[in-house]
Amino acid sequence: MRYSGLKVITQGLFGNKGWGPAWRNPAPKPEYDAIIIGGGGHGLATAFYLAKNHGLTNIAVLEKGHIGSGNIGRNTTIVRANYVLPGNSEFYSHSLKLWEQMETELNYNVMHSQRGVINLFHSDGQRDAAVRRGNAMINQGDDAELLDREGVRALVPYLDFEQTRFPIYGGLHHKRGGTARHDAVAWGYARGADMRGVDLIQNCEVTGIDIEGGRVVGVQTTRGAIRARKVGMVVAGRSGQVAAMAGMRLPIESHVLQAFVTEGLKPIIDQVVTFGMGHFYISQSDKGGLVFGGDIDFYASYASRGNLPMVEHVMEAGMTLMPMIGRAKVLRSWGGIMDMTPDGSPIIDKTPVEGLFVDAGWNYGGFKAVPASGWCMAHLMATGETHAVASKFRLDRFRTGHLLDEEGTGSQHNLH
Amino acid sequence: MRIDGKGLVDRSAPVRFTFDGVAYEGFRGDTVASALLANGVRVVGRSFKYHRPRGVLTAGSEEPNALVEVIEVGQQTPNVRATVQEIFPGLEVKSQNRWPSLKYDVMAVNDMLSPFLSAGFYYKTFMWPRKFWERVYEPIIRRAAGLGSLSGRHDEADYEKAFAFCDLLVIGAGPAGLMAAVQGARAGVDVILADENPVMGGRLLADGGEIDGRPASVWVAEVLAELEAAPNVRLMVRTSVTGAYDGGTFSALERVGLHVAARANLPRECFWRIVAGQTVLAAGALERSIAFADNDRPGVMMASSLRAYVNRYGVSPGKRVTIFANNDDARLSARALMAAGVDVAAIVDTRADASTLEDCPVYAGAEVVGTKGRHGLSAITVRHRGGEMQIETDCLGVSGGWNPLVHLTCHMNGRPVWDADLAAFVPVAGAVPGLHAAGACAGVFSTQGCLADGARVAVLALGVLGRAVRAVDAPVAEDAPYAVLPLWEVKGKGRAWLDFANDVTTKDVRLAAQENFASVEHMKRYTTQGMAPDQGKNSNVGALAVLADATGRSIAQTGTTTYRAPFSPVSIAAMGAGGRGAGFAPQRFMTSHGASVDRRAPMVEAGLWYRPSYFPKGAETTWREACDREVVMVREAVGVCDVSTLGKIDIQGADAARFLDLVYTNVFSTLPVGRVRYGLMLRADGHVLDDGTTARLGENHYLMTTTTAAAGLVMRHLDFVQQAYCGDWDVRFVSVTENWAQFAVAGPRARALLASLVSVDLPFMGCSRVEFGGVGARVFRISFSGEEGYEIAVPSRYGEALFRDLVARAETLGGGPYGMEALNVLRIEKGFITHAEIDGRTTAFDIGLAGMISARKDCIGKAAAGRSGLTGAARLQMVGLRPVMQAAITAGAHLFTPGDEVRRENDQGYVTSVGYSPMMEGYLGLAFLRDGRARIGEMVRLVDHLRDIDVLCEVCDPVFHDKEGVKLRG
Amino acid sequence: MRITCPLCGPRDRREFYYYGSEDYLTQPEVGDLDAVDAQLHLRDNVAGRVRDVWYHEAGCASWLVVTRDTVSHAVEKVELVANVKGILAKTKLKGGAA
Repeated sequence: MRYSGLKVITQGLFGNKGWGPAWRNPAPKPEYDAIIIGGGGHGLATAFYLAKNHGLTNIAVLEKGHIGSGNIGRNTTIVRANYVLPGNSEFYSHSLKLWEQMETELNYNVMHSQRGVINLFHSDGQRDAAVRRGNAMINQGDDAELLDREGVRALVPYLDFEQTRFPIYGGLHHKRGGTARHDAVAWGYARGADMRGVDLIQNCEVTGIDIEGGRVVGVQTTRGAIRARKVGMVVAGRSGQVAAMAGMRLPIESHVLQAFVTEGLKPIIDQVVTFGMGHFYISQSDKGGLVFGGDIDFYASYASRGNLPMVEHVMEAGMTLMPMIGRAKVLRSWGGIMDMTPDGSPIIDKTPVEGLFVDAGWNYGGFKAVPASGWCMAHLMATGETHAVASKFRLDRFRTGHLLDEEGTGSQHNLH
Repeated sequence: MRIDGKGLVDRSAPVRFTFDGVAYEGFRGDTVASALLANGVRVVGRSFKYHRPRGVLTAGSEEPNALVEVIEVGQQTPNVRATVQEIFPGLEVKSQNRWPSLKYDVMAVNDMLSPFLSAGFYYKTFMWPRKFWERVYEPIIRRAAGLGSLSGRHDEADYEKAFAFCDLLVIGAGPAGLMAAVQGARAGVDVILADENPVMGGRLLADGGEIDGRPASVWVAEVLAELEAAPNVRLMVRTSVTGAYDGGTFSALERVGLHVAARANLPRECFWRIVAGQTVLAAGALERSIAFADNDRPGVMMASSLRAYVNRYGVSPGKRVTIFANNDDARLSARALMAAGVDVAAIVDTRADASTLEDCPVYAGAEVVGTKGRHGLSAITVRHRGGEMQIETDCLGVSGGWNPLVHLTCHMNGRPVWDADLAAFVPVAGAVPGLHAAGACAGVFSTQGCLADGARVAVLALGVLGRAVRAVDAPVAEDAPYAVLPLWEVKGKGRAWLDFANDVTTKDVRLAAQENFASVEHMKRYTTQGMAPDQGKNSNVGALAVLADATGRSIAQTGTTTYRAPFSPVSIAAMGAGGRGAGFAPQRFMTSHGASVDRRAPMVEAGLWYRPSYFPKGAETTWREACDREVVMVREAVGVCDVSTLGKIDIQGADAARFLDLVYTNVFSTLPVGRVRYGLMLRADGHVLDDGTTARLGENHYLMTTTTAAAGLVMRHLDFVQQAYCGDWDVRFVSVTENWAQFAVAGPRARALLASLVSVDLPFMGCSRVEFGGVGARVFRISFSGEEGYEIAVPSRYGEALFRDLVARAETLGGGPYGMEALNVLRIEKGFITHAEIDGRTTAFDIGLAGMISARKDCIGKAAAGRSGLTGAARLQMVGLRPVMQAAITAGAHLFTPGDEVRRENDQGYVTSVGYSPMMEGYLGLAFLRDGRARIGEMVRLVDHLRDIDVLCEVCDPVFHDKEGVKLRG
Repeated sequence: MRITCPLCGPRDRREFYYYGSEDYLTQPEVGDLDAVDAQLHLRDNVAGRVRDVWYHEAGCASWLVVTRDTVSHAVEKVELVANVKGILAKTKLKGGAA
């Protein structure tokens, strides 16, 4: 069913009785051309683009819980293309272009809002790094603008410009950056994939990967064995455990990233603002909640919940940067499980097992990557070739030293 | 309406406050809600989506409707629960989410459009034209959404944070909590009893029953007197325990100063971290509603809150009250009202077999199917065995049963289980290690049961603490069975509300199910059920019961959404207390700080340190003038610079040399005593960690210096290497960064300056202990400027004096102090690196120091440095840049081969550092360039889009000044 | 979260710095890229009992091997790295010529 404003009105007039299910609940078939393990944003986008771009529709997405139950529904919804290293630049640039056409492509309003991202800097050295980044963005064909202190003040006057600890020198303004409604992205891709014939199978946990003679032949699940000659593991947060079913160790350690939302407030924060000195970033959702977060808790964890030291650090950073949010009350906190890689960049690649592919290691930047990740993973699974904009996301790059370390913090999983 | 002779408020202390500009009077002990109800105010807010009028629903922190703004001079606090905020003289309260007024809210038009604003409607529209989302649709949605407003001004108020430790934490001071605390107090363990209310007693105060034949409030007072007198008990009122974390750690918010007018030095709130050996959770239970048509009108309240208003505040929320319930407990409210002389028009009991023996009409097997009243309830429609009837009533108390407050038991991913007898979720034991639920939050609902359970569970917890005690006898109290017949919704026409704050109706939940948003998480996210400030405390269980019905599953199969911290919302200011302004990070000051400030030097942040940017002189008006002068001064006379921020690590032991050989790429064991060597350190992953000089002060004694930025990192690294790999070596080290003040003296007259102070003759890279003025000092002949240079170190207490003395001596030689700007230019001229170059991605190969990785020995990082990706022509290599025509260049610019299109695919590198060299009368840059060393002498195009710079530069050797080191070696 | 330092007793998590898996303790030999990969990158990444390396940075500066559960966050055992048997034997580094 096609969605539109007219349809909302006509359905409203007739008691909203005519809305059909957004997707089916099919029973798993014994065999598919391809299986995607993981019904999160990346997995659903992979299925959608396999169907749309490559005409592969005899495929299934296997989700152990419900669609979108992972990090796609547990993030701070920021969309941006502001990377500095070749390899990342072209990928996120491609992703942002897909975001800009997502509503049309999916016929679903994911509320992608290009309200702008402002990265603040607090020293000459940080300014130089921001300039290097901004120039890389423009060289890639994206947008960036350097703001001095007064330029920042004109956009976000509520910051504490008098605070003495890490004074605001200026900011890098990425106007095409912004936010989106995270759940809607999962639902939009799910609905789009389902409409194209993809089977979305919920409550179906993969318990084994069947390999014969070095090639994948199917998976074992809580709903029985399913055969397929191509299997994609798209399970960020749980990548290590799924890969272990194929006898692989991945360069990934799982960590918890907490995020916070306040009670609803009238609009006061228009942009996404990030405070590098304090690992703090904030935006305001359309419902009025301030959505913000900081760094990971720093210890390996699968708990989907964190502890107070990082909670307090994030709040302290908020109070030093923009003390006008002090009276806002935190309504809810949550934790997502992050695939942390030794260089902070992701993996979209073949594995040593023929027919088995991996899309993993999104650290805590996976949300904005959803469309391009799906696009490139679908390309890889359909053609067997790495897509041009994901050519550096190789599984073996750590071993060979061809790293994509945006932060320069080195081979320590929790520092990216 | 105030009831004489009832309530625990202080009738002798009238308090005046304002609501929406109108003055009202209440009494000390009133909340805003109780005082407004006493004054007959019914509409206190507007709902989120449809802007429907909303009245007070509850008497506790779970309140979804009565959210107000508390106004102060120049500041305001949004979304304050009127049911929690105590009144005080001068309190100013405003309603929110309405325009222009509470009574006439323009956005109430949404209510007429509700057929088109069903669950998730916005996902299906507003997509065309594309540009309209940001420009038209979204701004309208944003303005309509939200509840209260922030002022936009800095929150300048005081907040605090504190730690507390105890053996036994008791959360909630109702019957179960009080008994648990008494048990702990008598056992002699350290007890903290925390309760979110201003007075302890919980439902004993609200219900107004009897204990041991006397009013419950008397028993409460006696128990509190015992606890207050006990030296091992800490009572924390107005303290909500908000989260359960690992290791017996709990977060709690104490409302320290919110119940009185703001005054200096009184924090508004204190955020506690409580570490408890064992914890008794006695959080109680919350009454839940029943969904029926138009159940959201002001005047429709929770049944139990009616008796709370009567018994605690002496207020009747209505003149002619009705009750709608599916259980016996709600009868207590009817009886309390009648006992207080309030007219109870009817009890509508959904149970066909319910007793009709009350002093008011009881309709058994009946349901409320509708309500009337535009700005407040005026009548209800009741469907009973005989048909439908209308009852005039201005207040309807609803009870759909009780939900145990299991929240804290779920904060560590525990899931509550469905208890079919109670028709409620109850906690699972052990879900939070060391935490035991007692009383109503464990599904024990009678007062007698709670008293006994509190004692029983405390005995259990004390047993874990190693205190074997016997449970104290519980006093005698009401012990009625909790007879509930589950009913979640009255089906029928019209909209029946589940989530009052977010305007989620049963239709929305059913629509979600119809569209296959059938999992409870999907339903929640699609409808926004439970995402309002009450976090669904009033409505989640009802909503999932409706979902279960719509999807043909049981409630147990449907499951709950996840309960997460905080239990009740906590202000950012409280959790971030201490972080404002300079409080965010420590500040480190050099001993020369005051002397530099005396000379008007701007002090800039360098990590946690502050360092002088430059020392302005005479008529200089820009930093560049001062910087240029200081550079020339060092190159032609002598300059003094405080370099104490560099990390200094004192390393001693027979294996010290061997240890340094392990952590440095180059060899230090061959360094003669009295000499200094430059060293390069790698991370385990083969990239450059840090560089610096290390001096050999004695056979088994070295002094390492690190960069300012990496001092902590290097110390941690050395500790790791030593403890992990060299635990049996004879080597010990300690950071002495704070112990020594160190000053660079550089320039052609540095030697003359030094000679005026002390007689010492050092070769380049030599070091020596000296003494002057009776102070033992160290002198190192090292240079970061390329000039002949010395660094003089003295114990920190002499730092300021020495700095002033050195500067004075320098000035007699035509020199003076120099700051970070000049230091930066001097090191760029010499091609010396800082963390602008070794930014964590750099290898020894990149900076031309691959030869420093000794082939004769192992070192940390050597194995990883051998990976193919870390060397070779594809890497960016450090070079110098000189722009043609002396044009200005900037750090952060990217480099391109002249003639190439400027785009990412052609990117050849970037500029790390730039300075203006007054000596060479032009800008110099350090840059990383693809295959750079092979391109020296070639031209590159430097492009900084952000600053509109596009110039050609010559690629040079990074050492611009004194390539042969003649001046350095002097 | 609280960790019981063998030297200092139970302390809040904020006193400690987390490095990563105990894989970091095994130093590779020059030329052994598999060992480099194993030390720096590849992880079992277990949802359950792990042994990882922490530093009591705001305490006694001890490096610790902590045995704990990544799902429940329960800490089972804390040992000084220097006391963990076999660690010295694991390093192939020979150190300097001295």
